[in-house]
Amino acid sequence: MLDALGIASVDELFKDIPESVRINGLTLPAGISEAEAVAKVRKVLGANKTPEKLPSFLGAGIYDHFIPAAVRAIQSRSEFYTSYTPYQPEISQGVLQALFEYQSMMCELTGMDAANTSMYDWATALGEAALMAHRIHGGKEFVVGRAMGRERLQVLRSYASGVGLKIKMVEFDANTGQLDLDMLKSQVGPDTCGVYFENPNFFGVFEEKVDEIRSLVPSVLVVGANPLSLAITKPPGEYGADIVIGEGQGLGNPPSYGGPLLGVFAVKKEHIRAMPGRIIGMTNDAKGKRAFCMTLQTREQHIRRQKATSNICTNEALVSIASTAYIAVLGGSGLRKLAVENMTAARDLARNINHLRRFKAPMFKSAHFNEFTVRSKIPYSRVHRELLRRGLHGGLSLEDRFPELGHVALFATTDVHGENERERIIKALGAIE
Amino acid sequence: MKYRQAYFDEPLLFEKFDGETEPLPEGLVPKALERKSLELPNIPENDVVRHFVRLSEMSFGIDTGFYPLGSCTMKYNPKFTEELAALPEASRIHPCQDESTVQGALRLMYELQQMLRSIAGMDAVTLQPAAGAAGEFTGLLLAKAYHEDRGEQRTQVIVPDTAHGTNFASAAMAGYEVVEIPSKEGLVDLDALKTALNSKTLAFMLTNPNTLGIFEPEILEIADTVHDSGALLYYDGANLNAIMGKTSPGRMNFDIVHFNLHKTFATPHGGGGPGAGPVGVKEPLESYLPVPVIRQDGNEFKLDYDKPKTIGKVHSWYGNFGMFVRAYAYILRMGGDGLTKASERAVLNANYLRFRLQKVLDLPYQELRKHEFVLSCARLKERGLRAADVAKRLMDFGFHPPTVYFPHLVDEALMIEPTETESKETLDSFADAIDVILTESPDVLKSAPHNTAVSRVDEVLAARNPILSWRMWQEQKKAGGEKPQ
Repeated sequence: MLDALGIASVDELFKDIPESVRINGLTLPAGISEAEAVAKVRKVLGANKTPEKLPSFLGAGIYDHFIPAAVRAIQSRSEFYTSYTPYQPEISQGVLQALFEYQSMMCELTGMDAANTSMYDWATALGEAALMAHRIHGGKEFVVGRAMGRERLQVLRSYASGVGLKIKMVEFDANTGQLDLDMLKSQVGPDTCGVYFENPNFFGVFEEKVDEIRSLVPSVLVVGANPLSLAITKPPGEYGADIVIGEGQGLGNPPSYGGPLLGVFAVKKEHIRAMPGRIIGMTNDAKGKRAFCMTLQTREQHIRRQKATSNICTNEALVSIASTAYIAVLGGSGLRKLAVENMTAARDLARNINHLRRFKAPMFKSAHFNEFTVRSKIPYSRVHRELLRRGLHGGLSLEDRFPELGHVALFATTDVHGENERERIIKALGAIE
Repeated sequence: MKYRQAYFDEPLLFEKFDGETEPLPEGLVPKALERKSLELPNIPENDVVRHFVRLSEMSFGIDTGFYPLGSCTMKYNPKFTEELAALPEASRIHPCQDESTVQGALRLMYELQQMLRSIAGMDAVTLQPAAGAAGEFTGLLLAKAYHEDRGEQRTQVIVPDTAHGTNFASAAMAGYEVVEIPSKEGLVDLDALKTALNSKTLAFMLTNPNTLGIFEPEILEIADTVHDSGALLYYDGANLNAIMGKTSPGRMNFDIVHFNLHKTFATPHGGGGPGAGPVGVKEPLESYLPVPVIRQDGNEFKLDYDKPKTIGKVHSWYGNFGMFVRAYAYILRMGGDGLTKASERAVLNANYLRFRLQKVLDLPYQELRKHEFVLSCARLKERGLRAADVAKRLMDFGFHPPTVYFPHLVDEALMIEPTETESKETLDSFADAIDVILTESPDVLKSAPHNTAVSRVDEVLAARNPILSWRMWQEQKKAGGEKPQ
């Protein structure tokens, strides 16, 4: 190739980089063999404790569910994972159909008409939902229930800062853990572009007064949900949500230390042109065959630039495909059964913990999904250390997040736990003096 | 090589729904919230696997063939990094785990930050943004915090006309007015930049080499000019694959840079994502980085949230950790020497292909390019053809088309980035295919592709009559709306 270009060395191809900014190679160590690289990375990662060695009761939006091997096999098809965004539909029908199926599944779960192919995670989906509510309504205030993840709130504030959206908080009822409706009433006003609450909320608690909440929201209603719970609970579309968001990681994807995740984003039909992100539509090819393609692209940055509905380009498409495969492998019945099992297991675990002398669980008088609050009589940091010593990882401490609750932690249980793990945690908690 | 993609008349999963929903156990879900029906299909696993394998065969990845998408850096994704990211020690750890139980993850992230710092010549790195655009947004929030901390309210971001669309959109999302400046001979017009810069300018966003693949030789003058006005210089790292070991954003006096791990560092693109968009900054911006930052304390690694000036968070947790594992493994394997060679080879491949193709299509602006180049198909218009026709026909030869109609300042643009992982034989076969295509009858091109799963897709119908879910389609069928079938 050098000969064809009439040059003696590849250096001549870099002569346009002025000497004043040149560097002479990188200061990183020299390359190593694949075998050495594998050994090195395995060694580094080896310091991590997986649930196999350290059963964990952490949740808080990220759930370690069992993943059928077929999901990984499907996701590992290299035509899927080594492809780019399907800008050329004729050669990308498979990816496009899989993503259309993903959108369809999210619509069925949420009761919405349309979904995009993903946001980065639940938190950025919330940020985008707030901006979308502002686009639809114009108001400069966005009201949120406080029983949500701190991380989501922080990301929401980052997204809201650009347009100067003010975030107003609504407390939860100290008894039920559900949204304080009197406070909601007082926080909502003419400048409220939207209201956001989670169902189940951060404490795992189900919001039951959904119709009443809807009636108190004069503008855009955004609901955040654990999509697995939607297999057995009323889809937010049925109680008037305009936008439904959530974390799709738990549908067939491992926790991966918090990423990649899957921001679910679904809306009612009348809002599709205000949506952020990539959307796949059904159409025909030139011969009249059914075909799929990316559509409504005039909302997107590569066409609309600063007038786009969002800056998102790269998203989490492969995670969406894995979730589609997961739901397909489990089937509607399997998903429903799994949701029932998770909820039942959490209810029973909470009851058993509640029998222990030093603990109360759950602390709120409401139904909860697969996680619940545990209040202890001693500082939770001590409980946490004791559990670690016994080879168990307890739930997430809420002491710094919700200091008014006292010594409280959030415990989750999923299908990766057998009776053995659940018995061990009850026993270990019971043994703490 | 001629190509024939598989086609299956594969039904949607939903077309297999049997209409049954089992009742819930009594008293579990509160009555007001009970869900009565869930219309998701129940299909035997064997059939599910076949469904997706058929769909995969109607898709095209780097593993299928050459993928010279400009600005996307579609290099080969090594397989060993996939295995590593799938290890339970990488995939099954939870972001809220006690720090003492995830020391491997924290070390890996810390060391990856150090590697990226060193490659880019920056002082500090955050891994948190989930993609390039998220990195841009983060970078602008950092610039905003920096200026506000100095009591300055700046309202504009300057972007050259050659920039990626995300630059404009990220600036708008961060709340800034976008000032676009025209380029001169495919380069930043220093006079136009000077005119646009003022005390309201937050930052100037630039990629170097730019999207034409041309290196901006006046980069230090550009940096001085920007800094003289008190603004910051932002590096869009989409094109970093051209310059590793040759120069660095830090050396070019950029203040903020984002990386695309899914481009430069070989993590797969996954049909659109996930990616990862870490951000590097110079020291004066370090105190504003998102929380938590990872600190090394002796042999221990810690997550530090105690950063009073932080911009907060841009992702739920620490970013796309699965991508960090892959990029870390890739960088270790390549080493400093390997990455430098990768850039050399990427630039050599691009220039070789440019040399072959400029004989048959027009190459506006200067000859020497870095990792990519942009051809114009404008001369085909007299035969009634457009860049898209060439792009569509390339699929029949087993090639993914280049990026089309970008950057906008080239008429009928084909933007080609071969990357370093392609052989001369592949580059030649691609150039040969273009040679053949340009001699073919216009009808063959205009009706292309012929060998893909479906023929040309009606994107206009899709936008005019949006069917975005099974649900919307069922409604439309009931209402007796227009096609599709």
